[in-house]
Amino acid sequence: MKVLTANRLSDGIAVWYADGGWAETVGHADVAHDKAAEDRLEAIGAAAAANNEVLDVNVIDVTIVDGLVEPVRLREKIRAAGPTIHPDLGKQAGPQAARAA
Amino acid sequence: MYRYDEFDHDFVQARVAEFSDQVKRRLAGEITEDQFRPLRLMNGVYLQLHAYMLRIAVPYGTLNSRQLRMLAHIARKYDKGYGHFTTRQNLQFHWPALADVPAILADLASVEMHCIQTSGNCIRNVTADHFAGAAADEVADPRPYAEILRQWSSVHPEFSYLPRKFKIAVTGAERDRAAIQAHDIGLHLKKNSAGELGFAVYVGGGLGRTPMVAKKIRDFLPEAELLSYCTAILRVYNLYGRRDNKFKARIKILVHETGVDEIVRQIEAEWRQLKDTELKLPEADIAAINAYFAPPALSARPEGDALVKQARLDSKSFSEWLGQNVVTHRHPDYAAVTISLKGIGEVPGDVTDSQMEAVADIAEKYAFDELRVSHEQNLILPHVARADLKAVYDALVEIGLATANSNLISDIISCPGLDYCSLATARSIPVAQEISRRFASLERQREIGELKLKISGCINACGHHHVGHIGILGVEKKGTELYQVTLGGSADENTSIGEIIGRGFSSEEITDAIEQIVDTYLGLRLNPDERFIDAYRRVGPAPFKEALYAGETKAA
Repeated sequence: MKVLTANRLSDGIAVWYADGGWAETVGHADVAHDKAAEDRLEAIGAAAAANNEVLDVNVIDVTIVDGLVEPVRLREKIRAAGPTIHPDLGKQAGPQAARAA
Repeated sequence: MYRYDEFDHDFVQARVAEFSDQVKRRLAGEITEDQFRPLRLMNGVYLQLHAYMLRIAVPYGTLNSRQLRMLAHIARKYDKGYGHFTTRQNLQFHWPALADVPAILADLASVEMHCIQTSGNCIRNVTADHFAGAAADEVADPRPYAEILRQWSSVHPEFSYLPRKFKIAVTGAERDRAAIQAHDIGLHLKKNSAGELGFAVYVGGGLGRTPMVAKKIRDFLPEAELLSYCTAILRVYNLYGRRDNKFKARIKILVHETGVDEIVRQIEAEWRQLKDTELKLPEADIAAINAYFAPPALSARPEGDALVKQARLDSKSFSEWLGQNVVTHRHPDYAAVTISLKGIGEVPGDVTDSQMEAVADIAEKYAFDELRVSHEQNLILPHVARADLKAVYDALVEIGLATANSNLISDIISCPGLDYCSLATARSIPVAQEISRRFASLERQREIGELKLKISGCINACGHHHVGHIGILGVEKKGTELYQVTLGGSADENTSIGEIIGRGFSSEEITDAIEQIVDTYLGLRLNPDERFIDAYRRVGPAPFKEALYAGETKAA
C-alpha cells in the first residue's frame, strides 16, 4: 500500500494527497492498493510539482491501523508526526485532519 | 568586532533584494524547483522533513547582543521560539515558511547578518577558536584572518562552483579548539623564530563517509601570503577535484588519491605564479582588519580574586561551575565563560528566544557585548571580569543555562538527526538526551573527567562522531535504528579518527553500552588524571571489546 506525499511550496510543511487535494495529516490519505493506482498517484505528484504546488514528491509505503493510514518507515512516521523530541511541535501537536489548500 | 563597511552593507542588501525577488517568482510559479534549488541553497534555505530550514552564518562564531536579540526576534516571530547552534558555529531555524524568508533576511541584514554561503559547493563559514581574542595560550587573534578569508571567499567568482563544499578553520593557539585538522584547510596561526606571524597549513582533513586527518603541507606561511596560498590550494582542487562522484569530490579524496608530495608540488607550483600578485596582503590591510578586532579595554578589576574566593565558600554549585565552565583569560582579572547549551536531558545546541534575549542582556552588562558560538554547540562569553562571575552565574541559573558540564560526558555534540533532517538515517538527539540523563550526576561526570562524546544521525557526520573520544553513528538497518560506536577519536592538536569497536547497538542498548565503556575506562585508568582518550591510546580497543562483547563470543 502506498500514499503520495510532498512538502508544500509556500511553507515546506509535509502534506499527503487525499481526496483530490493536499492534507496536512496522513490519516486519510488516498491509498494505492495496486501498481496502476500507484502510477496514478505518481502522475498526480509530478503534475503538482510541475504546477509549483509542492516539492520533494514521493510515494511511500503505508499500513492501515484502526482505519487510519500510517507510514511504515521511521523517517515517514516522524514526518507524519513531528520531531519525537518535541511532542509540542509538528502534526502531533495540532488538531487532527486539518486540510491544506 | 568586525563592522560592515559601505561595501558590505550594499552587498548584503543587494543579495536580500535579489533573493527576495527569486522567492517571489518561485511562489508565483515562474521558476521551477530545479531552477530554484541552487538559488535557495546559496542563501541558506534547505528543505527538511517537516519544513524548510534556514541556516544563518555567524562568521567565526562571533556575535554581539544586538545580533542575538535579532535571532531571538526571528525565532519568536517567524519560527517556533527556538534556534539550533551548529558545529559550524552557525544557527539554524527549523520551521521558517519560504514566504517569510525575505523578511527574515531583511531583519538579519539590519544587524549585519546573512545566510550567504551557508550551503552549496562553495567556501562555507570560516570557523575559529571560540576563545579567540581571550585565550591565555593564544599567539594572536585568528579572527582577523578568518575575516580576510570571509571577504575573499564571499561570492568569489572562481570558487562558487567547486566540486563540493569547502570548509576552513583557523586557530591562534597551540591547543587546537577549532578542529583544524578535520577541515579542508586548517590554519594554525603562529610565530616563527623571528617573531613574525604566519600559518602552519593543513590540507585535506574532513569527516563524512571517508574521514581523513588533514596533512600538514607547510610549517610556516607568512601572513601576507594567506590569500595567495589559499587561492593556489583552491585552484588545484577546483581543477583536479572529482566532479564525477559526489562522494569522492572533497579535497581530502584528491589529496589521498594524488599523494601528499604531488599535491604539494602542484600547490607550490600554482603559488609561485600567485605570490607576487595582488593577492599578497598589504600590511596596511592586515592592520586595518586587525583594528576591527581590537580587544575591549579591560580595566583592572583586582577585587575579583577576593569576591570569587568568598563566593566559592558560599556556594558549592557556583564553585563547581567555576571549575568546569570558566577558563583562564589572558588578563589575570578576567575569565572566559562557557554557557552550556547541554542542560541535562536537553537538546544539544538548542536555545529558546527568551534565553537568547537573557544571554544578550548578560553579554551587554558583563561581557563587553561580545559572544561566541563554539563548534561544540555552546555559547561563550569571552571577556568577563572575575569580579562579575558570580553575577553572571546567578543570571544563567535563572534561565537554566548554568549546567557545569563543559568538556564532560554530557557536553555532547549532536546533529539534528532524523528528528529534522532529510538526510538522516537515525535519530541522534534522543540518544544524546538519554546518555545525558544516565550520567546526570555532575559529581559522577567530574569523576569521569574530560570526555568528548559526539553523535551523528548519518554517515555525513555533522555530529563529528569520527573525532569523538566516544563517537556514535546512527544508521538504519532492517528498518530500525542501529548505533555504531567508535572509540579513540579526537579533534584537537592530536587529531585522530575513532575506530569502530564492534557490532552496533539498538536504541534500547546504546546507553548501556556507553555506560559499560565508561565503567571499563574507570576500571583501567592509571589515575584520575589519565583522561579517557589517553587511556584508550595506551590500552587500545581490546578491554572495551571484551567488556562489550565477551558474553556474545562465549555464547557463540
